[in-house]
Amino acid sequence: MLSYAIRRLLIAIPTLFIVITVAFFMMRIAPGGPFDQERALPPEIEKNIKAAYDLDKPLIEQYGIYIGKLLQGDFGPSIKIRDFSVAELIMAGAPASMQLGLSAIALALVFGIGFGTYAALRQNSAVDFAVMGIAMIGIAIPNFVMAPLLSLVFGLYLAILPTAGWGDGEIQYKILPIIALALPQIAYIARLTRGSMVEVLHSNYIRTARAKGLREKLVVNRHAIKGALLPVISYLGPATAAVMTGSVVIESIFGVPGIGTYFIKAALNRDYPLVMGVVIVYAVMIIMLNFLVDMVYGLLDPKLKSP
Amino acid sequence: MMNKSEKTALLQSAGATKEIEGRSLWRDARIRLFRNKAAVGSMIILGIITLLAIIAPLLSPYAYDQIDWGYIQEGPNWENGHIFGTDGNGRDLFVRVLYGARVSLAVGLLATAVSLIIGVTYGAIAGYFGGKIDSIMMRFVDVLYSLPFMFFVIMLMVVFGRNIFLIFVALGAVEWLTMARIVRGQTLSLRRREFIEAAHATGVSNFKIIFRHVIPNVLGPVIVYMTLTIPQVILTESFLSFLGLGVQEPLTSWGVLISEGAKVIEASTWMLIYPAVFLALTLFCFNFIGDGLRDALDPKDR
Repeated sequence: MLSYAIRRLLIAIPTLFIVITVAFFMMRIAPGGPFDQERALPPEIEKNIKAAYDLDKPLIEQYGIYIGKLLQGDFGPSIKIRDFSVAELIMAGAPASMQLGLSAIALALVFGIGFGTYAALRQNSAVDFAVMGIAMIGIAIPNFVMAPLLSLVFGLYLAILPTAGWGDGEIQYKILPIIALALPQIAYIARLTRGSMVEVLHSNYIRTARAKGLREKLVVNRHAIKGALLPVISYLGPATAAVMTGSVVIESIFGVPGIGTYFIKAALNRDYPLVMGVVIVYAVMIIMLNFLVDMVYGLLDPKLKSP
Repeated sequence: MMNKSEKTALLQSAGATKEIEGRSLWRDARIRLFRNKAAVGSMIILGIITLLAIIAPLLSPYAYDQIDWGYIQEGPNWENGHIFGTDGNGRDLFVRVLYGARVSLAVGLLATAVSLIIGVTYGAIAGYFGGKIDSIMMRFVDVLYSLPFMFFVIMLMVVFGRNIFLIFVALGAVEWLTMARIVRGQTLSLRRREFIEAAHATGVSNFKIIFRHVIPNVLGPVIVYMTLTIPQVILTESFLSFLGLGVQEPLTSWGVLISEGAKVIEASTWMLIYPAVFLALTLFCFNFIGDGLRDALDPKDR
């Protein structure tokens, strides 16, 4: 187990390196630069500005400088949002994004597993069909449709929650974005849980547990859940990635001051260091979560344990 | 696995009675699929949407980029022919939704085709050769899996401009990973089977074995996953278009229409509702067909 963990961690380093390299060169070989949209500057001044951001050097040299600074924990200055370093911007935006993302995943796990198990235990009943039907709707309605609808119903018609904005981070501003982010994941996890739960409930070891005379509650809670959750756990990696990409849209719809909103703006403005910073933060989070998921999976799945 | 005509021919040549016609795996699956009401209903609805998208220009007196100055951002009205209303530029929403359907469906199908070609070839090669080649190829897939891919797609769209062709390629390039894994797993279990060995023994080249013998035998799970990839791609395209990175004006797609509708949701709900309903309905249908196909091709779960 330990050697497996170390091996997985060692793979994470080149992965992150690939992300950084690809993102860096993809941004730079594109036509256009950070100063295109502004009024034309005298060539001398433009040269000086470019020199200040090392943009006048050959690409390879720029890459070397960037990696060197990155290793010292320096993300560089933002080109477009003057007087702010990328690190400062990310630190300012990360709490909001993190809160939304983590709450959405937690919500998705609790409700997804709950609904899925509930439906599986009543397989082919009306309740089962109802839950799975609703889950299908949850998958088919993308979160960028759900978000304005939620905002319309709860913010405008019922007027019980703010339609958008962040305030000072009070809870009522967070409810709608979190729900909009979580709904598709709840639906997906519910379907996944139901499927694997149904399969597990028909397996031999559950029959044995029942034959022993165990109470149904114990059979489900102690024996079935453990096996049924394996696919859900391995889905957690993709789920995180989906929630993060979703947050880019959700944050801009609800006007949340998170790092997702930066990303689009920065990419459109060619704010190279800020784009790189956001990509690196997201990549680190996804890689870390994938690692965590693999570890938990290794602990839960007896087939992966070494004898 | 033989198809029906080969089988019948064989039976005839063996002098057997013609009445005992074998039921092939595919025919069995087809019968099971058509017994599934949700899947059949979905196919009919999808068929209607596709048909509407194809004959879109014939259905309305308005062109998709034609501005009707008399009715700017008006609600649905049967009398003036704007049955879904008009958008902020006075263009007929019904025609625009159907033109959006063209783009969304085309992107879904073509990007899935790209992912299919890459994924199946890659997976079959990795699974067939096994050993070192397999572990290197699949390790590469593992690494790609843990990349924040959507961000690369977003960057790609921002960086290289927003043309439709790039959307196909970018989305196809993202979606092939799971396909490669599925095909590789299936191929691994196939490659030690007798008919592959027989092909080997008769001197068929590796390349030919992969394309003639391996790939046709992994088609079942591939088709199922393909049906589930199409809605995924359509959703991603809408997502990109919603961010303003997809197709450009005056052309449109469901994502663009939804994003326009979301901006004016308080004043003109119809601008969000119609494209959203079409998008959701399409995703719904593809998912149901995918589920139906899975049940039909993989009878073990029933």
